[in-house]
Amino acid sequence: MEKTAKQKSGLLSKLSGMTDSNLLLTITVVVFILMYIGAMVFLGKGFLKPQAFFNILNENAALIILSCGLSLVMITGGIDISVGGVTALVTMSCAVYLDYHNGSVAGAMLLALGIGLAFGLVQGYLVAYLDIQPFIVTLAGMFFAKGMTTIINSDPFNVANEKFVALKNTRVNVPGMGSYNKKGIYVNAYVEIGVIIAILIVILMFMILRWTKLGRSFYAVGGNRQSALMLGINVKRTRFLSQLFCGILAGIGGFVYFLHVGSGAATNGAGAEMNAIASSIIGGTMLTGGVGNIIGTLFGVLSLSTIKNIVASAGLDQAWWTGITVAAMLCIFLVVQSIVVARKK
Amino acid sequence: MKKILELKNIHKSFPGVLALQGVDFSLNEGEIHALMGENGAGKSTLIKVLTGVYTKDEGQIMLDDEEVHIKSPQDAQRMGISTVYQEITLCPNLSVAENMYIGRNEALLQNWKKMNEGAEKILQSLDIPAKATQQLASCSIAVQQMVAIARAVDMECKVLILDEPTSSLDEQEVEKLFKLMRDLRSRGVGIIFVTHFLDQVYEVCDKITVLRDGKLVGEYAIADLPRVELVSKMLGKELDDLSDIKEKDKEEVKEDNSEILFETKGLASDQGIKPFDFHIRKGEVNGFTGLLGSGRSECVRAIFGADKVISGTVRKNGTEIKINKPIDAMKNGIAYLPEDRKIDGIIGDLSVRENIILALQVMKGFFKPFTKAEANKFADEYIKLLSIKTASADTPIKSLSGGNQQKCIIARWLLTHPEYLILDEPTRGIDVGTKVDIQKLVLKLASEGMSITFISSETDEMLRTCSRLIVMRDRKVVGELSGDELNQTMIMNTIAGGESDAEK
Repeated sequence: MEKTAKQKSGLLSKLSGMTDSNLLLTITVVVFILMYIGAMVFLGKGFLKPQAFFNILNENAALIILSCGLSLVMITGGIDISVGGVTALVTMSCAVYLDYHNGSVAGAMLLALGIGLAFGLVQGYLVAYLDIQPFIVTLAGMFFAKGMTTIINSDPFNVANEKFVALKNTRVNVPGMGSYNKKGIYVNAYVEIGVIIAILIVILMFMILRWTKLGRSFYAVGGNRQSALMLGINVKRTRFLSQLFCGILAGIGGFVYFLHVGSGAATNGAGAEMNAIASSIIGGTMLTGGVGNIIGTLFGVLSLSTIKNIVASAGLDQAWWTGITVAAMLCIFLVVQSIVVARKK
Repeated sequence: MKKILELKNIHKSFPGVLALQGVDFSLNEGEIHALMGENGAGKSTLIKVLTGVYTKDEGQIMLDDEEVHIKSPQDAQRMGISTVYQEITLCPNLSVAENMYIGRNEALLQNWKKMNEGAEKILQSLDIPAKATQQLASCSIAVQQMVAIARAVDMECKVLILDEPTSSLDEQEVEKLFKLMRDLRSRGVGIIFVTHFLDQVYEVCDKITVLRDGKLVGEYAIADLPRVELVSKMLGKELDDLSDIKEKDKEEVKEDNSEILFETKGLASDQGIKPFDFHIRKGEVNGFTGLLGSGRSECVRAIFGADKVISGTVRKNGTEIKINKPIDAMKNGIAYLPEDRKIDGIIGDLSVRENIILALQVMKGFFKPFTKAEANKFADEYIKLLSIKTASADTPIKSLSGGNQQKCIIARWLLTHPEYLILDEPTRGIDVGTKVDIQKLVLKLASEGMSITFISSETDEMLRTCSRLIVMRDRKVVGELSGDELNQTMIMNTIAGGESDAEK
């Protein structure tokens, strides 16, 4: 008994020695793993095959990219709620470009990047240099993006461009993760192109935030803007870059979304900004700024969609059940966060 | 010793205020130099000119015998002038090491290993009890302050400005900070130390520069300036121009046998004041005096329940009462006029009438609003009684002059018919005429049987109105004066404490 108590206090002291960001990351990863194992044990079939996990990735590649952007602005103490609107605008613009103007896939990619860049530049300038509330700026951005989407084309349609469809249907096999289907035939496990892009972005963002001076400036500005200024950080430029990066990521995320659904529609990416914010929070990013971790964000997205899948598999398929479960999960993580921050005092 | 910093004939003015008028200041290598002065003396303006937050109107700043122009805090840092403020200007979410190195160069990559090693080395050499990888928020305030100092030291600062670094530290932490300061002095750093604590000045400093009303009073070696003289220089009162107070027709001192209305025993709040005993009799006017930051306001805030009380009891007419929140105090007949009327007092966009009836409304409960007629009656009555100059009762209070705003707040509390009224700096920043009005009002209310505690930075005012003064120093009650003892010399002696007794 005594020994376990000692071990426990040792573990506790190790936990309390961690930074807020690392502790919240640990909690998120542990919760996700427990949740997934729980689903495998109790709900069985749907969760046992590795492909079930890869499907979560396939479904959520775009959300992972959008959440990376959201985490970045939230760490810097800002917010961006235009990413869902930008996603819709990107899908519609690319769809019209590919089908009505006979454009190339590479051109569509550049178009998506350009749209994201434009939103990032304008919103970043307004937030950082004119010092307008990021919520208001990006709210305007969201309305603008949604409006523009409908102006470009009011009706949703599926893209028929052959090269694009080929790219959309490209499957990247994951070696050694396949399984046998009912007929006993071996089926390879696969992910879509979007997942590869998402994973690359997660790695890139992680490295920027962890190992560059700029990355650490994002944390400093989010932690205490006034102090960051006194410490010699260019606060305006840092805030500008955070909104800019988020805009670019929204452009990329929009294209990945487009690649997944293969259609242009004003309803594409509806509510994506809220899912991205929720994922970031579950992943240990704090709305108050200064705390967060991109790996946590990845697990935040995975947790969010896993819980949705669990609710669905448990036969509670109605939309409101999902809503209530996600709400409860958010609440729990917010409480955990405030405990983590309060432990210092 | 080499002179590292010299300020010559510095002028700085703001609209309507001459904040600095021809101030000189000089700092030697390896010297701890105290900058002293009461409110509005110009200490913080001088510091801000020196750190590039403000630009001077006139004058020269010489650093190592070369004239410099300081445009921003970053500029100052580059030139070797670092400042550690009372409010920590570090990022709580980052590690100790990051806080020491961030923002210092424009390199692209963050080298964690090199940074942590460098930070660990400095922390060890300065004997600071923190680990480089620890998150800053998990350090005590004192250690955070030391980390800020370590950053400054590592940036090879020649001049280190410590702006009230000790106000939120306990004694042991202050001791650690002093050790660090002495250590830096021996390395040749010049330190400018701003503080309100006299004891601390005499413990670590080599020289004192005193400012008053934006002007230089003088620079003194610590050994040449006894405490009493320091206090007298800060307050601007000569030690021998005091007997005139006797001639003034003073309110007759209330007999000591009138009943005690409120009494506290060992009261202390979380704002760091030492437990104090206090009582006030019916119809008495007493006051708390002491230098800025000595804990005058904290005492009355504790009585009113405005700060969290951590120990002690309050008795009313001999029976113990519980005061946890201001509303408890109000229900027991205590009214409190806060020190800063802009923050704690007025609600600028509401009308004079609404501001006046606010406290009474709170006591009555928000669900039983006064009728318009009642509210008008109250407002008009007190506007007349206190001769508040306002266009009408509907005028927003923010458009009134400071003195008239203050009268409205006094009216607000008088309306609740308190038995005990606490006035914390009611006369700050208002014109002379209104000051006299308020003093007269205090005496009139007391003669009608109200007990009043009056706090003011101007000792004259307190001598004129109070029959008993409680003297505070460094957040402790250090004496009580009444009757014949009520004069400038006694007050200054008591504020200065210890040393002055030895001199007698």
